[in-house]
Amino acid sequence: MGEAIVITSGKGGVGKTTTTANIGTALALMEKKVCLIDTDIGLRNLDVVMGLENRIIYDIVDVIQKRCKLKQALIKDKRFDCLYLLPAAQTSDKSDLTPEGMEAIVAELKQEYDYILIDCPAGIEQGYKNAVAGADKAIVVTTPEKSSVRDADRIIGLLEKEEKVEPPHLIVNRIRNHMVKNGDMLDVDEIVQILSIELLGIVADDDEVIKASNHGEPVAFHPNTKASLAYRNIARRILGETVPLLSLEEEKGMFAKMKKFLGMRS
Amino acid sequence: MAGSKQLITIKGTRDGLTLYIDDSCSFSEMLTELEATLSTNHVAEDEPMITVTIQLGNRYLHENQEEQLRELIRSKNKLVVQSIESNVIPKKQALDWLEDSEVKVVNKVVRSGQVIEVQGDMLLIGDVNPGGKIMASGNIFVMGNLRGVAHAGVPNNREAVIAAAYMKPTQLRIADYISRSPDYETEGVYMECGIIDHEQEKIIIDRLQILARKRPDINGFERRMIHG
Repeated sequence: MGEAIVITSGKGGVGKTTTTANIGTALALMEKKVCLIDTDIGLRNLDVVMGLENRIIYDIVDVIQKRCKLKQALIKDKRFDCLYLLPAAQTSDKSDLTPEGMEAIVAELKQEYDYILIDCPAGIEQGYKNAVAGADKAIVVTTPEKSSVRDADRIIGLLEKEEKVEPPHLIVNRIRNHMVKNGDMLDVDEIVQILSIELLGIVADDDEVIKASNHGEPVAFHPNTKASLAYRNIARRILGETVPLLSLEEEKGMFAKMKKFLGMRS
Repeated sequence: MAGSKQLITIKGTRDGLTLYIDDSCSFSEMLTELEATLSTNHVAEDEPMITVTIQLGNRYLHENQEEQLRELIRSKNKLVVQSIESNVIPKKQALDWLEDSEVKVVNKVVRSGQVIEVQGDMLLIGDVNPGGKIMASGNIFVMGNLRGVAHAGVPNNREAVIAAAYMKPTQLRIADYISRSPDYETEGVYMECGIIDHEQEKIIIDRLQILARKRPDINGFERRMIHG
């Protein structure tokens, strides 16, 4: 019996879809059977980030409205045999998806897969309710910005009311260490203190993430970037391992060394 | 019989008259007796107004009964009703008092978009995050971080206070006063309280210790009775 995890944030543009794609990829790397569900009806892009856009034939609304079987709508990833995607509909309306329909789909997928990752749309209306309906666990993604933390707080409040969902975990995304250092960005401790939920991982702001997702290849697939390592660590924590948080310092350290070096010369 | 027993006793004090009314007779009997008693006690035209305090004993009067009683006494010249006192109050009122005097313990993080409202005092064990709001008809004590909005003394108790272990509120409201955080970034303060300063007519934030001096009646139970 698998586990369904909804990935949500309240605010848009903080990296829910990227996070879903990367955690999914990282879990698949560890040979878990994973299914990703995009619930952002009308604005789907998990398929684009995964590079699977051209393979879509049926989508989640087709499944709910019984135009096809669930298995027919699932798209196998091009890199892993154990990773699947259930894409969102692009032309339907949000109301075509219902919490009951979602529950049924997730329940069916749980029989077959170890992890079902549900990519939640932004906002707290119908789309959010649909996405949360079948979930057992929740991951809240936030960036170190006040507005994003505020919305994450709101979402956590709503998630706490969901009886079937365990207390959510937090991912702080897009941390720019130099800005945190200067006090221009909230630091992770501050965010965790305000939101007072367990921290699942931190991901530094990395150009590679954008580059990779533009190529339809989640960054977690490439082993040698910091963001990739961060996502792989998050996946390991989801599996129950204890992995220390990545230090954000490294690059800064080198930079500081260089500065020191220059300082010595002048 | 009723006639044989004195239903109304009048005592004169320095502050005026006190009428002790027997609480075992009926209301109409009481009115008749009172009418008779007051009519026999004539006062001279040139004397000043006399204030009257009425002691009802264990009798409870409805609003319109009370009005009738006041009307009767008012109709006698030179008499002014100062107060009507009774040993009994309706159950509902008593429960309301109790409700208002209790400290309600709330154990949670009040997150953005959430509103917690209580009758009486609130003791919050947890934080109020920005965008969250707590309201109480009495005082508010936060054992945690107050970063959102706190409204004490809803709707009109200006004596109410807001105390917090860590205070960095977006707004403090007490009764009908509102104060907001400054527009520049500030560090919060630890172990402080917000109260209405009656001279400056605004909410001030100061150390917790000033409460002992400025709001001594936060102590104990008696004040609740006074408020009631």
